[in-house]
Amino acid sequence: MSIEVQNVSFAYPNGYVANENLNFTIEKGERVAIVGQNGAGKTTAVKLLNGLHKPTQGEVLVDGTNTKERTVAQISKYVGYVFQNPDDQIFNNTVRAELEYSFKHSKLTAEEINTRVERAAELTGIQAYLNMKPFDIPYSIRKFVTIAVFVALDTPYLILDEPTAGQDINGINRLAKLMDILQDEGRSVITITHDMEFVADNFSRVIAMANKRIIADDSARNIFWNNEIVAESNISKPQIGELAEEIGSKNKILFRSELLEYLTQ
Amino acid sequence: MSYMELKNVTYRYPLAEQDALKNINYHFEQGKLYGIIGENGGGKTTFCDLMKGLIPSFYGGDLTGEVFIKGKEIRDWESSELASSIGYIFQNPFTQISGIKETVFEEIALGLENLGVEREEIIERVTNVVKQLKIEHLIKNNPNKLSGGQRQRVAFASIIAMETDILVIDEPTSQLDPKGTSDIFEIIHLLKEQGKTILLVEHKIDLIAEYADEVLVIKQGELITSGKTSEVFSNVELLNEGVNIPQIALLSNDMKEHGKPFETFAITKSQAREQILKKGSEKICQ
Ligand SMILES: Nc1ncnc2c1ncn2[C@@H]1O[C@H](COP(=O)(O)OP(=O)(O)OP(=O)(O)O)[C@@H](O)[C@H]1O
Ligand SMILES: Nc1ncnc2c1ncn2[C@@H]1O[C@H](COP(=O)(O)OP(=O)(O)O)[C@@H](O)[C@H]1O
Ligand SMILES: [Mg+2]
Ligand SMILES: [Mg+2]
Repeated sequence: MSIEVQNVSFAYPNGYVANENLNFTIEKGERVAIVGQNGAGKTTAVKLLNGLHKPTQGEVLVDGTNTKERTVAQISKYVGYVFQNPDDQIFNNTVRAELEYSFKHSKLTAEEINTRVERAAELTGIQAYLNMKPFDIPYSIRKFVTIAVFVALDTPYLILDEPTAGQDINGINRLAKLMDILQDEGRSVITITHDMEFVADNFSRVIAMANKRIIADDSARNIFWNNEIVAESNISKPQIGELAEEIGSKNKILFRSELLEYLTQ
Repeated sequence: MSYMELKNVTYRYPLAEQDALKNINYHFEQGKLYGIIGENGGGKTTFCDLMKGLIPSFYGGDLTGEVFIKGKEIRDWESSELASSIGYIFQNPFTQISGIKETVFEEIALGLENLGVEREEIIERVTNVVKQLKIEHLIKNNPNKLSGGQRQRVAFASIIAMETDILVIDEPTSQLDPKGTSDIFEIIHLLKEQGKTILLVEHKIDLIAEYADEVLVIKQGELITSGKTSEVFSNVELLNEGVNIPQIALLSNDMKEHGKPFETFAITKSQAREQILKKGSEKICQ
């Protein structure tokens, strides 16, 4: 069970080529961060995984099935994509309706659906907002509404497009905890983010993109301590790592505890 | 007389059960950068809306107390006059884009047209800001088909092109890559050097620690802490208030707890580097 991306390129209808020759595999239960410069093609790439985009070259296989042979609605049962801009995703009148909408054609009973919705709301911290209009709640919470939709649907693969944008420390902690729970349940989580501390804290595998391509697919430590990759993909080390480098440490430090040990040994 | 001032300001949105801002008092000086931080829902955006004059004129609700901008109470300002004095960069870059323009160039020019700026000057200003924000390659693109970070740069460019004396900037880097984020902070710093007064809401606390002159922490509508940046962040207890603390400040605190404190409490990377290198040379001398 995996998503396989094989030699994929993608061009928008206006002819602009946004992805070139992508190759990677996401295993079931795996957690991966995608980082890289604005406009590198991250959002474009993940939209290929749930069929919102179909490759202009190459293939995307979801558990062995080519996305070209399925509709977005069909693939979305397996691959949930949470939009970068929540307002591109939300269209129902209440938060609860938004969460229930995706069960429209499901065979689950009303009670089962309700249990799923309640649990998703709890895990994403949006219980208090269930009966509100989505556009009356703040952006940072609206993002959790769009995440809750796929938590409830229980898709085996979940893609989060910049969930950390605009989140405060509570939101960041809630996201980290949510990813842990999903991983314990065997679900894959692919997260695009510009928050380098969040990447260091929560991901062992990181894909770095620049100029339409994947330029590295490695551990967080190796990526952050490869200055060529850091520069090319417009990312940065977490600040503690930068400080470690500036004072001459060669230990590939990323975390405060590691730097503290280095300084106090 | 201070440049901007809030006196006993309390505000409640229409139909709301609680005050969104509670008895806020503050002086802002010209040419300084103020960082506004705090947990979401605390009232940061409401505070920005207030300083831009959108409260109560646009939102309605109950405003008590006084807000002075350049000595004049906000309710006495003409809205067109405010528009040319205060630039406001909204929190959500997806809503700042007008949606009615075909190209990024026209999108950035739109605000200037509304201000009645001459055509030649519009072209000159737009040409300058797109260079500054490294979006020259996008000027002919459709603003509705940009990536999230590209949109945020366009939104930022449209407002700084207006060259207002005061800038209210609500989370300008939420969609930006780390390099883009530090570029924006460099630009904000430059604007400050040019004498602009800037109110900046931002979650990226390391950068606030580095650039802000003063910090205001807002929680549940209250200004719970404020003052010089170095003083605010030396109090790591703030973590309990849902406020992030710079990693470097936490490191300074760790060093203290390990009985090896820095000579002065560092809150930025360059301060910490200096302290560490100093300690290192002391060790060698002994
Ligand atoms: N609908 C579209 N038509 C044409 N070009 C597009 C369209 N959407 C995006 N692009 C372009 O494709 C490139 C990649 O965009 P994408 O949204 O994938 O970037 P990204 O890596 O997600 O960036 P960000 O970090 O800013 O969100 C950008 O240059 C963008 O301008
Ligand atoms: N237009 C509005 N009408 C009613 N209440 C609002 C409105 N905008 C914000 N609020 C409420 O005001 C409080 C402060 O919100 P906000 O200023 O957006 O906080 P922050 O920017 O710190 O996240 C919240 O309780 C929020 O729900
Ligand atoms: Mg994107
Ligand atoms: Mg806000």
